[in-house]
Amino acid sequence: MSLIDHHDTTGEWLETLAAWMLGLLWLLPLLFAVWTAFHPSAYVATFDLFAPLTLENFATAWNAAPFARYFLNTVLLVTGILIAQFILCTLAAFAFARFDFRGRDFLFALVLIQLMVSPDILILENYITIRSLGLVDTLPAIALPYLASAFGIFLLRQTFKSIPKDFEEAARIEGCSTLGVLWRVYIPLGKPIYLAYGLVLVSFHWNNYLWPLIITNSVSTRPLTVGLAIFASPDQGIDWSVICAATLMTSGPLLIAFLLFQRQFVQSFMRAGVR
Amino acid sequence: MTGSRNSLHAWLLVFPACVLLAAFTHIPIITTFIHSFYSTPRPRRPSRFVGLDNYEAMLTDPIFWKALWNNAVYALTSVPISIALAMIMALFVNGKLRGKGFVRLAYFTPTVLPMIAVANIWLFFYNPQYGLIDQLLKPFGIVGVNWLGTQSTALWCLIVVAVWKEAGFFMIFYLAALQNISPDLREAASIEGTSRWTFFWRITFPLLMPTTLFVMVNAVINAFRLVDHIFVMTGGGPDNSTSVLLFHIYTVGFRFFDQAYAATLTMVLLAILALIAIGQFLLTDKRVHYE
Repeated sequence: MSLIDHHDTTGEWLETLAAWMLGLLWLLPLLFAVWTAFHPSAYVATFDLFAPLTLENFATAWNAAPFARYFLNTVLLVTGILIAQFILCTLAAFAFARFDFRGRDFLFALVLIQLMVSPDILILENYITIRSLGLVDTLPAIALPYLASAFGIFLLRQTFKSIPKDFEEAARIEGCSTLGVLWRVYIPLGKPIYLAYGLVLVSFHWNNYLWPLIITNSVSTRPLTVGLAIFASPDQGIDWSVICAATLMTSGPLLIAFLLFQRQFVQSFMRAGVR
Repeated sequence: MTGSRNSLHAWLLVFPACVLLAAFTHIPIITTFIHSFYSTPRPRRPSRFVGLDNYEAMLTDPIFWKALWNNAVYALTSVPISIALAMIMALFVNGKLRGKGFVRLAYFTPTVLPMIAVANIWLFFYNPQYGLIDQLLKPFGIVGVNWLGTQSTALWCLIVVAVWKEAGFFMIFYLAALQNISPDLREAASIEGTSRWTFFWRITFPLLMPTTLFVMVNAVINAFRLVDHIFVMTGGGPDNSTSVLLFHIYTVGFRFFDQAYAATLTMVLLAILALIAIGQFLLTDKRVHYE
């Protein structure tokens, strides 16, 4: 590089150091939880490097609460929301991107309100709605307010708009119907965005807490987050090491997926956010 | 294809999503507004129109003011700190850093963890007997401070968690923006002998402005929307010192079952969000050069 950069070496070295220190500081809470979860509870406060490793905390946690059921609930919930949002938001985004109809812009502006006012804020009225539908304490009740998403519609609309119209016309000439064009042209070309959108959606709903807390009150519907909060609440008097194990267990699948697909995750969040 | 058929297709396509959005966002906004003028229905006393009574009650509710104040402190500290950190992180990771991949991973990891899980881990950190913070401060003679149980420190503990959780997420947006800045600019500046510090303040920082605005809006919304960690770490206490607006709404609506008052509080939250939206709109209009 140029001569000027030569003077910067000390600065660069300091910058690297600072970046690493901050990185370690950021990882510290997680490392702390990992350390605690894999050691017997007698070693909770003492950082003895030679403390024996154990998986017992995970076993204890797994047997002390119905985590298997919570896992199942969360997986069903997230899958359901993912499928519904993909379908509903694709259809709506396609109409907003490629159709000219009366009231389109006004309707789109109304949709965008949900970017600001997410259903999390309207907990009370949504609870009343769900209660009047007789759905309190069911999995569909957790999912319903989130089945359509302004974020998804906005993101996919941008994507569809960026696809040249020539592609659509070519498909039309070959005899594709409206939905055929969507299925054969738009969705395949939008694949990277669907991946990004999917990852953002899964991590949001895997982690969602307040609404599930309000609308569920039994083991058969509770997702992992609510189950974990109940399990870890102080009045249960459970060992820290067991709580740490449970905490890691519940975030485990997402964390492992993140570590494996780190690059895709980061790029997905970038893609989903930049638009 | 005729225009009217085209239009029919479009309506059929948007219909399912719009019905759901209306049912769980738009209609609730309207009913919240209506409910805020009525009394809470009780078994032997049906709901009746009370005018502005709920609003008057709100103005004399000390917990409301406390929650509003806490929320303002929470937003005004956690948002700028996490944005500044996010920018620094992005600059670190965008440079020629050794072990860039690992550092980026470290910054971003809190984002994928559930807030509930994060709160559990931090709960342990703040523990007055064997928490890590207590152990670190022991050599300085500070022992057994109940960080989460003391009014003056509890809210700050939550702010630290929020910053830790969100900074890495916002970093991503800055990273994307930095990658769009032409390397020619940097080169031209270094030929002219511009220091990195000057380059950052004169070139990079202004170019990142649109991103900063976008991140800021999202961060402020999150500051009013994200309350999960409060449930685990403090439950709003001690003495409401960590209660924020949405948490207060939850308490009033689902612990005291005062529907009408919860609706009134929700109106305040909606008004705040509307102000943020208007602010964003006004600020965004000025940067015509963007996009």
